[in-house]
Amino acid sequence: MNGQPSLVLRIGLPLGFGIAVLVLWELFVVTFDIPRAILPAPSEIWAAIQRSTEILWVDWVQTVLKGALTGLVIGAVAGFAAALAIDRVDFLRRGLLPVANFVAALPIVGVAPIMVMWFGFDWQSKAAVVVVMVFFPILVNTLAGLAATDRMQRDLMRTYSANHTQTLGKLRLPAAMPFIFNGLKISATLALIGAIVAEYFGSPTKGMGFRISTEVGRLGIDMVWAEIAVSALTGTVLYGFVVLIERWVTFWHPSQRRSR
Amino acid sequence: MQNAKPGDRPLSDPLSQDMTTPGAVISARGLSLTFQTNDGPVHALKDVSLDIKKGEFVSFIGPSGCGKTTFLRCMADLEHPTGGSITVNGVSAQEARKARAYGYVFQAAGLYPWRTIGGNIRLPLEIMGYSKADQAERVARVLELVELAGFEKKFPWQLSGGMQQRASIARALAFDADILLMDEPFGALDEIVRDHLNEQLLALWARTGKTIAFVTHSIPEAVYLSTKIVVMSPRPGRISDVIDSPLPKERPLEIRDTPEFIEIAHRVRDGLRAGHGYDD
Ligand SMILES: Nc1ncnc2c1ncn2[C@@H]1O[C@H](COP(=O)(O)OP(=O)(O)OP(=O)(O)O)[C@@H](O)[C@H]1O
Ligand SMILES: [Mg+2]
Repeated sequence: MNGQPSLVLRIGLPLGFGIAVLVLWELFVVTFDIPRAILPAPSEIWAAIQRSTEILWVDWVQTVLKGALTGLVIGAVAGFAAALAIDRVDFLRRGLLPVANFVAALPIVGVAPIMVMWFGFDWQSKAAVVVVMVFFPILVNTLAGLAATDRMQRDLMRTYSANHTQTLGKLRLPAAMPFIFNGLKISATLALIGAIVAEYFGSPTKGMGFRISTEVGRLGIDMVWAEIAVSALTGTVLYGFVVLIERWVTFWHPSQRRSR
Repeated sequence: MQNAKPGDRPLSDPLSQDMTTPGAVISARGLSLTFQTNDGPVHALKDVSLDIKKGEFVSFIGPSGCGKTTFLRCMADLEHPTGGSITVNGVSAQEARKARAYGYVFQAAGLYPWRTIGGNIRLPLEIMGYSKADQAERVARVLELVELAGFEKKFPWQLSGGMQQRASIARALAFDADILLMDEPFGALDEIVRDHLNEQLLALWARTGKTIAFVTHSIPEAVYLSTKIVVMSPRPGRISDVIDSPLPKERPLEIRDTPEFIEIAHRVRDGLRAGHGYDD
């Protein structure tokens, strides 16, 4: 109960579990002689990763760096800015919020081909899909965060006769941070999924989604699994990175407080 | 000095309803505030008239829910009266707030958890545009005053409730406002610290000549601190007695054992009883 579990426990435990799963998986495939096309063994996937490092790297740059991250940054900044605008101008709240809501409800299988028509086959259209996907979670979470101050905190600002900018910068934005980071954590995961899936609807001859769809056709299942492994690892690291910044920014929040 | 007997009409104003007394720092005339709630209207204040002169120390005492906080919030322009009028420094409560005429100590500490204790006290100074050097000097001074020197870099959640409350008092003292509105500032403190801060507050009041409106539930505290004690009664919230204290300005803690002190305390207690009896 008191304090946090040691570093060894926090990293070692999940790592141990992961390794156990891999070992069981390997044993399972070998023992029951599962066909490669159904489920390759971890060792075969590892071999594929080593064999095709070059391709995996090119795909990763195309999909993660160019598609997902660019889209995530643009979408997050846009969602945040829209939230500030909607918060300031009530008429935007009534006009823009329902539209954003509507856009968020659009299915990705419909949005992706349209973005390809608008922005071409390359990564720009994938980034655009990601922007559409992450915009709304950021917007809604930021808005909720900006409304999350309690009455006494606001009254205090009022007694100082603080203006809108001061109240925003010194009270409402700090108070909104835990919400904004929730939005960012959701968005980080969505961005990766969006960028990969969007490549199914047209892409140049590189990218993780492109690779998965073509390798499935050629029965290169080990390569499919190699891409899946890379994307899972990327997703975990990206999420962990956001959590790390969150811990640093919202150290004061009850959910983040460490015994000092 | 007016003394309402149980069953009397609420204290009415000898002057006309819309005239404010010259020289009064806070002047309420027929002030009423009715909250519209789901269970119907709540008359938090009804026809309250009161003058607070410059340099006075006025305590408000009364049972829970009698409108003490509401009255203070009206002075601070945090609540809008539904009837009557209130002026602060001769202008409307809103103008006074915009001119940063008062420091307000809330019933709970209300420190921002993302700021250190020093950062919280610096908050009003930053907003009001004090220079960096001035900020540092003032923060150090008020921390000393509430005996929190050395806790400047701590975060609020690392301090006890009483320490947080003291920090919130320091925050209201950090900038130069002539009026201090304090809503049960010492409610969360133990007897010894409370005595000490009472002394400190009196010394500060004597030194600065601030006008202080002070809400408390403690009769000895009210009598010890005040030049004027306002006894309030609930449903609807109104003033049932106003007692001008004959105690001298110089008040050692021992004054609490003198006959004069005990007599005023009795009168306050009677006023409180009467307020209760009115309802039951
Ligand atoms: N925002 C509000 N909405 C509705 N009713 C309110 C509101 N604020 C206060 N009241 C009601 O007004 C009455 C007076 O409240 P107030 O907070 O002024 O009492 P108080 O004298 O400060 O009590 P305490 O000593 O418990 O702090 C109470 O009946 C309370 O329920
Ligand atoms: Mg109160």
